[in-house]
Amino acid sequence: MNDMTPDRNERKANLKGLGSSRKRVEDLRFTQGKGNYVDDIKLEGMLHGDFVRSPYAHARIKSINTDAAMALDGVLAVLTAKDLEPLGLHWMPTLAGDKQMVLADGKVLFQGQEVAYVVAKDRYIAADGAELVEVEYEELPVLVDPFEALKSDVILREDLDPKADGAHGPRKHHNHIFTWEVGEKEATEQVIDSSDVVAEEMVYYHRTHPCPLETCGCVASMDKVNGKLTLYGTFQAPHAIRTVVSLISGLEEHNIRVISPDIGGGFGNKVGAYPGYVCSVVASIVTGLPVKWVEDRMENLMTTAFARDYWMKGKISATKEGKITGLWCHTTADHGGFDACADPTKFPAGFMNICTGSYDIPTAYLAVDGVYTNKAPGGVAYRCSFRVTEAAYFIERMIEVLAIELNMDAAELRRINFIKQDQFPYTSALGWEYDSGDYHTAWDKALVAVGYDDLRKEQAQRVEDFKAGKTRKLLGIGLTHFTEIVGAGPVKNCDILGLGMFDSCEIRIHPTGSAIARLGTISQGQGHATTFAQILASEIGLPADSITIEEGDTDTAPYGLGTYGSRSTPVAGAATAMAGRKIRAKAQMIAAYMLEVHDDDVEFDVDRFVVKGAPERFKTMKEIAFAAYNQAIPGIEPGLEAVSYYDPPNMTYPFGAYICVMEIDVDTGEHEIRQFYALDDCGTRINPMIIEGQVHGGLTEALAIAMGQEIAYDNMGNVKTGTLMDFFLPTAWETPNYTTDHTTTPSPHHPIGAKGVGESPNVGGVPAFSNAVHDAFRPFGLRQVHMPHDHWRIWKTANDLGLHG
Amino acid sequence: MIPAAFDYYRPNDLDGVISLLQEHGDDARVIAGGHSLIPLMKLRMAEVPHLIDLQSIEELTGIENGARIRIGAMTTQADIIDNASLASSAPILKEASLQIADPQVRYMGTVGGNVANGDPGNDMPGLMQCLDATFILRGPNGGREVKARDFYHAAYMTEREDDEVMVAVTFDAPKGGYAYEKQKRKIGDYATAAAAVIISKDGSKCKEASIAMTNLSDTPVFCGAASDCLIGTSVSAEDIKNAVNSMIDAIDPAEDNRGPVEFKKHAAAVVLSRAIERAWQRA
Ligand SMILES: Cc1cc2nc3c(=O)[nH]c(=O)nc-3n(C[C@H](O)[C@H](O)[C@H](O)COP(=O)(O)OP(=O)(O)OC[C@H]3O[C@@H](n4cnc5c(N)ncnc54)[C@H](O)[C@@H]3O)c2cc1C
Repeated sequence: MNDMTPDRNERKANLKGLGSSRKRVEDLRFTQGKGNYVDDIKLEGMLHGDFVRSPYAHARIKSINTDAAMALDGVLAVLTAKDLEPLGLHWMPTLAGDKQMVLADGKVLFQGQEVAYVVAKDRYIAADGAELVEVEYEELPVLVDPFEALKSDVILREDLDPKADGAHGPRKHHNHIFTWEVGEKEATEQVIDSSDVVAEEMVYYHRTHPCPLETCGCVASMDKVNGKLTLYGTFQAPHAIRTVVSLISGLEEHNIRVISPDIGGGFGNKVGAYPGYVCSVVASIVTGLPVKWVEDRMENLMTTAFARDYWMKGKISATKEGKITGLWCHTTADHGGFDACADPTKFPAGFMNICTGSYDIPTAYLAVDGVYTNKAPGGVAYRCSFRVTEAAYFIERMIEVLAIELNMDAAELRRINFIKQDQFPYTSALGWEYDSGDYHTAWDKALVAVGYDDLRKEQAQRVEDFKAGKTRKLLGIGLTHFTEIVGAGPVKNCDILGLGMFDSCEIRIHPTGSAIARLGTISQGQGHATTFAQILASEIGLPADSITIEEGDTDTAPYGLGTYGSRSTPVAGAATAMAGRKIRAKAQMIAAYMLEVHDDDVEFDVDRFVVKGAPERFKTMKEIAFAAYNQAIPGIEPGLEAVSYYDPPNMTYPFGAYICVMEIDVDTGEHEIRQFYALDDCGTRINPMIIEGQVHGGLTEALAIAMGQEIAYDNMGNVKTGTLMDFFLPTAWETPNYTTDHTTTPSPHHPIGAKGVGESPNVGGVPAFSNAVHDAFRPFGLRQVHMPHDHWRIWKTANDLGLHG
Repeated sequence: MIPAAFDYYRPNDLDGVISLLQEHGDDARVIAGGHSLIPLMKLRMAEVPHLIDLQSIEELTGIENGARIRIGAMTTQADIIDNASLASSAPILKEASLQIADPQVRYMGTVGGNVANGDPGNDMPGLMQCLDATFILRGPNGGREVKARDFYHAAYMTEREDDEVMVAVTFDAPKGGYAYEKQKRKIGDYATAAAAVIISKDGSKCKEASIAMTNLSDTPVFCGAASDCLIGTSVSAEDIKNAVNSMIDAIDPAEDNRGPVEFKKHAAAVVLSRAIERAWQRA
């Protein structure tokens, strides 16, 4: 071997490929205030839009008078439904097959609903103009409770024929949207009726909101000369937005360019299409000038997509020994005024049927009823894959309740019911094929790490001390073993509005051995520019530092369905690896030609092709890249490029074991998290540092949701938590220390074995925090209380259990 | 979150401020740190066509320490926290200030704004009642003094006339033990319940006591009767209970996102007993 050649490990390290904790390349600009977000975009002559919004949750609109607003200097237009109607744009399709008003058409269905859109020369005039629009409302009875809504005579959606089917089949009532059923109802009910032990509980996962730091917004710019519309926006799925804009506006798709610039967090909030986008596009087409619309925090919290709001009634049965025999769930899903959930079309309740969790449950049944109420539309996957958080919370609560019923340790109950390693691939009673897992190993590692048995002893002592009046603090041990289903998804069963949920990567190698790769996804903080370069580095043998990753411009990036549902690594990451392999295949032919041997006589070695058996004869990928462009090679086209569209054969199933140790002050309802241990198994780990960052962030969101964050309404449909004073976003002060850990069970069907991790901590974190609260009160007879576990609710739990003397 | 248009003034002396207030009446307001007023303007809950900035007025700044302490209205909460001599002569001010909002807000929020605002959520009014402070006001007819305990009538309704400016707060350097105990949902939140307590000792008995509560009524609540429950006692668990019960009779909390009335009363009892215990230990 050539003395100058660094050894294999060194060459590998230089690539910063898979497994390297490479620093995030994005942070250079973000930490210097050089990011470029939608609100940073300033175009020549740009106008600004602002909404007039309904103060009422349910009202008929008697009249709208725009005269005073139009008279204000600087106001160019005030759009109402009447103006949009001739264009057919006063309503728009939702991702869930329903339709939604763009501007109030005769009535409003939730507080904050868009009523009129004021276009003005600057943001201030737009706001002043909105103040001057006079709207006369006639209040209607308000329905904020989905169970009431299903009984009420009040018709919320007068535009729908109450007898006609909805997008997902028959409707039972004028406020009913769909029923979705999976599994075997009768068989499950029979099993449950005949089992030794049955636990029954209503588990409510309250309404909350993803609340990204950057709110939603766009800049629409119609060039009337060339007929091209450029739409910049906070889009988690820019390509899908382009298609949707084309379908609803009639503009040809090649005349639309959608650009997602830097995005300041999405968490599902930026998947759907909002009235602000439609109105801005219309306003730009009408005025011929660019129009910017950016929501403020209150608008974001009150009107753009919420998350959760699932009432999950459950029954779980088991033998006396604790072997689970059946699971039954009926969910009442509050979707608000329009069904604007962002789920794959065939799954109106997302992947809620992953609710058998990590357990081998032979028989199960799930039904979900979607309901209209006078609340904002949405139902997005807040840092989770389509309702997986709801499912995980449900099963992890039901397990705890069953443990109480069996008078059994909840850790042990989980252990005896886990799907065993040799059962994978495992087909669940509700129809999913779990690709891989090793739950027992993860679980035992977690229990040992926290010193589980000692914690239980300490807890027992604490209960004694409490009863003896020596302390007012209880100790809770919150257990969770979650299994996610991410990476939507196989086109055969996953599409949104008919768009198949594949994803894509296109690579160009430059002659000097650097590269650019473009993907159909879009980072919102996940660090794609860092990690996708790492996947490629390992595949094609060029350093990650020499690879630019670009996403979000539909004129340059290949078509893809975007970033949400932890799908980027499972789907676009796979496309990246596959495109890299195409590059490598061509590079092999070039190397063989250069080395004057047969293709089969060279093999890939980290960053080069070497002649088999003669490693001193090699060509580096850098040399090969140069030759690809500059050497005439018979039978081989010049250039080194590849594109891959990846349709995953299955979803991936990341899992994890989380344990939260919490102290609770029964007098103030305050809590303190003493320890939080999070073990994640996301298959192959691309960048451990980014994984850790994702886990910390997701756990902090989970903490918020479990311990205080909610979108609450009063009986009149007023949003009670419309600002960050009342909507809980934890700061460094409230955020505990986290201990992260992992096991590695690669996905057998993913090209690099990766499963996705960004959402796991939110999915697993919420039940861990919530179970800790429940567990603290278990010795005093608590079975189930609803989240969020804020001070007064914890106080009430203690009070109801008689702990205040 | 976009305020309506306003004119902005930045006079250099108090007379300039007062004449602007007289000229524009109801349409004018002074702005100190802006961290209560600006949110209201952005929500369009307060419309202020004429906004008068107090930043350039020398007379409103400065902390004078001594037997009688004087804090200029434009002193920020951060100034209080950083002032070492104040921290030793009246440590309850620092303890309370550290529980207000977050560092960013404390760099802006002022004592004058906090006590003049009239929001029952503000922590300083209760604190000032506990200290038995005096507010120094200046209006077109010159200066006058009002006791903190007489200043608050209802939410946003105070003894101050529209054309008067809060110049300073003054109080005797407190003696004995102190505690400011506040329960809140998170950093940056107003109190679910807060208690300010000052207790002095004579031998093993309580000599003087002063208790005021925050965010448990539409004004701060000075609890004279509760304070009396402690005077002359050895501040036993029983005595604390008496004081707490007396305080409960004096407050009138309202339900909000922080919880129902019953919880607030419970939280008030908890923070007050903890505050009394801590103050007594320090006395
Ligand atoms: C996120 C957040 C959290 C907060 N949390 C707390 C908290 O926990 N506890 C707490 O006490 N406060 C809290 N505050 C309020 C903060 O302390 C304010 O700064 C303070 O209440 C008002 O002071 P200011 O100087 O900002 O007054 P400004 O907002 O400028 O003024 C408030 C009002 O007082 C009037 N005013 C101001 N100065 C004078 C004067 N010299 N003479 C006459 N009138 C005057 C103004 O006209 C206005 O009506 C919080 C604020 C924010 C934004």
